[in-house]
Amino acid sequence: MKQLLILSGKGGTGKTTVATSFIKLSNAKVFADCDVDAPNLHLLTSGMSDPKYTNYFGLPKAVIDSNKCIKCGLCKENCKFDAIENIKDYQVDWYACEGCGVCEKLCPTKAITLIPAKAGDLILYSDIDKAFSTAKLKMGSGTSGKLVTEVKKQMNSVTVKSDLAVIDGSPGIGCPVIASLSGVDMVLIVAEPSISGINDMERIITTAQKFHTKIAVCINKYNTNQSNTDRIIEYCKNSNIPFVGKIPFDKKAVTAINSGKSIVEIDCEAGISAKEVYKKTMDILFN
Amino acid sequence: MKIAIPVDENNEETKVCISFGRTPYFLIYDTDSKEKTYLNNSAAASQGGAGIKTSQVLVDNDINAIITPRCGDNAAEVLKAANIKIYKTKNDSVDDNINSFLENNLSSLEDIHEGFHN
Amino acid sequence: MKIAVLSGKGGTGKTFVSVNLAASSKKSIYVDCDVEEPNGHLFFKPNNIQTKNVSVCIPSVDSAICNGCRNCVDFCKFNALAYILNKVIVFEEVCHSCGGCILFCPTKALSEKEKIIGKIEKGISDNVSVYTGILNTGEATGVPIIKSLLEDTKNSNELTIIDCPPGSACIVMESIKDADFCVLVAEPTIFGVHNLSMVYELVNLFKKPYGVILNKCLDVPNPAEEFCIKNDIKILEKIPYDNDLGTLNSNALICARENSKYKDLFKTLLAKIIKEVPNETITDS
Repeated sequence: MKQLLILSGKGGTGKTTVATSFIKLSNAKVFADCDVDAPNLHLLTSGMSDPKYTNYFGLPKAVIDSNKCIKCGLCKENCKFDAIENIKDYQVDWYACEGCGVCEKLCPTKAITLIPAKAGDLILYSDIDKAFSTAKLKMGSGTSGKLVTEVKKQMNSVTVKSDLAVIDGSPGIGCPVIASLSGVDMVLIVAEPSISGINDMERIITTAQKFHTKIAVCINKYNTNQSNTDRIIEYCKNSNIPFVGKIPFDKKAVTAINSGKSIVEIDCEAGISAKEVYKKTMDILFN
Repeated sequence: MKIAIPVDENNEETKVCISFGRTPYFLIYDTDSKEKTYLNNSAAASQGGAGIKTSQVLVDNDINAIITPRCGDNAAEVLKAANIKIYKTKNDSVDDNINSFLENNLSSLEDIHEGFHN
Repeated sequence: MKIAVLSGKGGTGKTFVSVNLAASSKKSIYVDCDVEEPNGHLFFKPNNIQTKNVSVCIPSVDSAICNGCRNCVDFCKFNALAYILNKVIVFEEVCHSCGGCILFCPTKALSEKEKIIGKIEKGISDNVSVYTGILNTGEATGVPIIKSLLEDTKNSNELTIIDCPPGSACIVMESIKDADFCVLVAEPTIFGVHNLSMVYELVNLFKKPYGVILNKCLDVPNPAEEFCIKNDIKILEKIPYDNDLGTLNSNALICARENSKYKDLFKTLLAKIIKEVPNETITDS
């Protein structure tokens, strides 16, 4: 099974729109959403049976037993994350606590313990001939790199046979993106013709190149700024990165998405271009 | 000397595990006694720094060389500091890799990737 | 007065709204808390840049005093330390700077050392003081930079626009903690609704007053608008999808400075937001 990861650097360039088109066109039986901070792919993949939820635990969190607490203040004094509040009783701010364990070890009355904290859910939609792995991070949770790894592990654990797995990545260049890059066969970058978009595209390409996977670039909403589109194509040429096509801004695409469809399912210009991008991407992936 | 290979299961049938830091077990092969044992990787469940902790486990178990498909930069730094040699697996068969190692037919792992931040 | 601009997903126009609101005020401060991908400065192109490094404390080992007890290695929940051939090795980028290893070392072989994780650039762009937080690539967390950014701008009485990172993670919580009002920017798609619902939950949790800006609106049904109506959320403005606006913005130009039509739009919007802020006596005249 070949794994194709779709990334963008900047958010909102149309990663998920491209991913859903590819899933539709390839009739992909295995796919995943690694954008665990703001997963959206599930919105366009209706018709599957109910998913299975598994708790995902992140860093542990400290809790203070107020019955044992003698209010000595040692924990607050030594917490580097300002996570201990003293309003009426000493309490831990769960959003600030990183589970380092300093307070637990310092507490003279053993009033503090680190407990496992649920940081989100791993979600698996699994039908006989189709599997979709995703996750949802709880609000305010920090580390998502490990959850991304779990999503991919879950995707690989299903028994459905498929030539292709499509993975929707997360924005940025940080920890979740790096985790999503491991073990994929190819990265398709969806760029946007704006100054910010080009800036972020260059950063994501640098990040992806460290993993020695195949990389290709396509542009979404290319007609919103022709000169920036030309700049991206030029950049790809100079960097020897295959350019696999451009998709126009298309009002009909918005309508398609809002009715739970991919852009290749309706008759529109964006859909026709997406098919071209798909074909060229597959040529590179399976070559 | 003792060599370690990350493996998926702790039995004879097991294949090489593609992850180093998060492998559930290591197969330890003693080239003197020709004995195979399995080591539980207690670091696999770490939130972060799994590669570092895993390498520490191997150091503490007096391993002299490892054979692995991949290795992150942090793990490699620990292993190098401990003078543990890192070889690249040739396929996913445990025995093939041990035999190749004994015949001096494995190349060292040059391609150290960036940490996976998990 | 501090106004935080946020959105559940990237690319909805968070920076577009923040930059133009700041530019529409007589005098203001723009704070870019999207430290992983700071793009506001591409628009403002500020002058007279002053740079300040942001650092965290990490342990440094004096091997001569270390007795090899391994307390530090065993304590570290993040596995940032290893003990190899009678030496402690520190993995700086894995360290969360909790200070535990230093605190619990029985021989005081560990001490604090400063490590730079990024920087803050302060510059001027006409009427706007531009603060940009930049996280170095490969660093685990930008929270210390955001804390430092907010500390630097805390005591100002000027209108402060905070451009938050996308999502609803802890880093966003840090950015909105001191805000007097939150502006949520949403796209007119079902993705937009989904992400709006996430930040909506967040501002409610923090009990912040808020309003929504619907960006890139088309003449087709808008699920984000329906969501607002259904949940009784104040819609501050509906910005239509507009080719000229899109072109200016994608060329990193500030619409409110380029075109009087957009200037008026954002001036009116800003006045509307200021009116929404509870018990606010300062007006932006």
